[in-house]
Amino acid sequence: MPVKPVLVFACGNLSRGDDALGPLMLEAIERQQEQQAQPLELLCDFQLQIEHALDLQQRVLVLFIDACVAGASPFGFTELSPAKDNSYTTHAMSPAAVLAVYQTITKQAPPPCFLLTIKGETFGLGEKLSPAAEQNLAAAAGFVNGLLVDLTTSAWRKLIITSA
Amino acid sequence: MYEHLETAANRDQLKRVVVDPVSRVEGHGKVTLLLDEHNKVQQARLHIVEFRGFERFIQGRPYWELPVLVQRLCGICPVSHHLAAAKAIDQLVGVDPANLPVSADKLRRLLHFGQVLQSHALHFFHLSSPDLLFGFESDIGKRSIIAVLADYPDIGLQGVKLRKYGQEVIRMVSGKRVHGTGAIAGGMNKALDKAERDYLLADIDQMIAWGVASVALIQKVHCANLPYYDQFATLRTNYLGLTKPDGGLELYHGGLRAKNAEGGTILDHFDYCRYNDIIHEEVRSWTYMKFPYLLALGQENGWYRVGPLARVNNCDYIDTPLAEAARVTFKAHANEAMVHSTLAFHWARLIELLHCAESIKVLLHDPDIMGTELLAQGEKRHEGIGVIEAPRGTLFHHYQIDENDIVTKANLIVSTTSNNMAMNESVRQVAAEYLSGRELTEPLLNNLEVAIRAYDPCLSCATHAVGKMPLQLELLDAEGRLIDKLVKHSDGQIGRV
Repeated sequence: MPVKPVLVFACGNLSRGDDALGPLMLEAIERQQEQQAQPLELLCDFQLQIEHALDLQQRVLVLFIDACVAGASPFGFTELSPAKDNSYTTHAMSPAAVLAVYQTITKQAPPPCFLLTIKGETFGLGEKLSPAAEQNLAAAAGFVNGLLVDLTTSAWRKLIITSA
Repeated sequence: MYEHLETAANRDQLKRVVVDPVSRVEGHGKVTLLLDEHNKVQQARLHIVEFRGFERFIQGRPYWELPVLVQRLCGICPVSHHLAAAKAIDQLVGVDPANLPVSADKLRRLLHFGQVLQSHALHFFHLSSPDLLFGFESDIGKRSIIAVLADYPDIGLQGVKLRKYGQEVIRMVSGKRVHGTGAIAGGMNKALDKAERDYLLADIDQMIAWGVASVALIQKVHCANLPYYDQFATLRTNYLGLTKPDGGLELYHGGLRAKNAEGGTILDHFDYCRYNDIIHEEVRSWTYMKFPYLLALGQENGWYRVGPLARVNNCDYIDTPLAEAARVTFKAHANEAMVHSTLAFHWARLIELLHCAESIKVLLHDPDIMGTELLAQGEKRHEGIGVIEAPRGTLFHHYQIDENDIVTKANLIVSTTSNNMAMNESVRQVAAEYLSGRELTEPLLNNLEVAIRAYDPCLSCATHAVGKMPLQLELLDAEGRLIDKLVKHSDGQIGRV
């Protein structure tokens, strides 16, 4: 099966409160996809792992979406670089660490990768999305609509949010 | 044993060292050490800091939702929960294991082998190989899969691709990478077609070859470091797990077998639906996690280990030839009936990885695997119990439903809970043997984590959100005043506060 050039990869657990932010954003993109065919592949998993480096192969642009706990802004948008951080030491890797795995195993620079983080507050099992996270999701959805208008690296770089 | 270190007599006069959370394990764990004025360990405990709330999460839901719902309990072993729940709800619709359609049974086994293979690959190559290849007290910058990929590129890449293959087995059988609905009450909801079967067959010989190489690697590492590897955090314990009716290794369905430290049989071919008759769970005030034990042996002597070491120890044989040959070598190295080395968990885990790869090949060549009769029906019951051997050990799911099919009671014993006492014992042993009287450093503390990591615990199935998992090390004096603090942030940066 041919690989679609743009990958959107969301992480999270629908049953752990605001950890659902990533999958819920992906669902919103999926609904939008049904109405306008775009060259996007949508993937979701509980967390990032080493094998996800292989999902980056043959892509021209990648967007990771995840909940975050840091910062005051409803959402953040940054470009990623490979980083040999110590997120390897847990069952869940950071997006930057996945890029580093890609670079190490392919001996090539990864495709341009960006990270959309959406601020969450509570992550308990069985919890619903918090009211603050609902608002942050709505705000981030508006931003993502803008991202999807122009699926190019140069356009996304202009939208980078430099401070949280 | 080191039970005297569970609770110190003079806790108020001791310094406290906290490692929070233990890295390279799922979720949050915390090791606390109380030291006296000579840096001698007086108390060592492994804490579980997040209450799981699994039962509360499940109660009140219709039973047919469970195979999907319970996958969200754990981001690392969702398929294990999926299959244990499916086995339990089979009983709720009146279908016993013997009545499950042959193709459904084999598809579930294929799914399970894929899950165990990818989980074991993750644990060995990603989480443990940095310690095993570079040394427990090596520079922290060395202890990562990136360093393994750089220094041992072939080994690192095998780990990535074995993991990927296991995930592909899951995707082909259940239709999705995650949240799949492969198993349903009474069978499976999706057949495997020829294209999917052939896709998986294309790479299986390579996976078996890598499995063989993995076993050779761990055997070499283990035996090159004898007697250290046979002594580090080692415990002489009881072992519990499922076996086939004839005593063979079994991961999906069988009877419960327990053996003692000498290899003597405590129980065998025991119907897991009566697990409540033989296993009780003790509660201790200082941790949310329970301490299961075999009732016949009592709280003090009845605790046991589960998982790869228990399974390979307990079984009489493995029904795939390469893994069986590896098992024979494994058992022979210890020169006694049971292998007790905690670090031998790694060796046993890779024997099982090889067994999974071999078994996947056998199933893919079995015509039944593409069968389309996938559902059985029976008379409704109000109670169902499903037990499987998850990657980390025996996993129990027990449900009761009402007339409206709503779950009124749920009880889960997860593998990590069964290993709770053993992990605490290993922590106490390492603390007493390796840390007492020495200045605390990150490599030394990693020895504690190495002991815990060998069990591959899934402590809380916590979220992974960016920034959620800092590592904190605090040193407090006898009055509880903070005198030093190291923080390991989620990006791996370590700073002194």
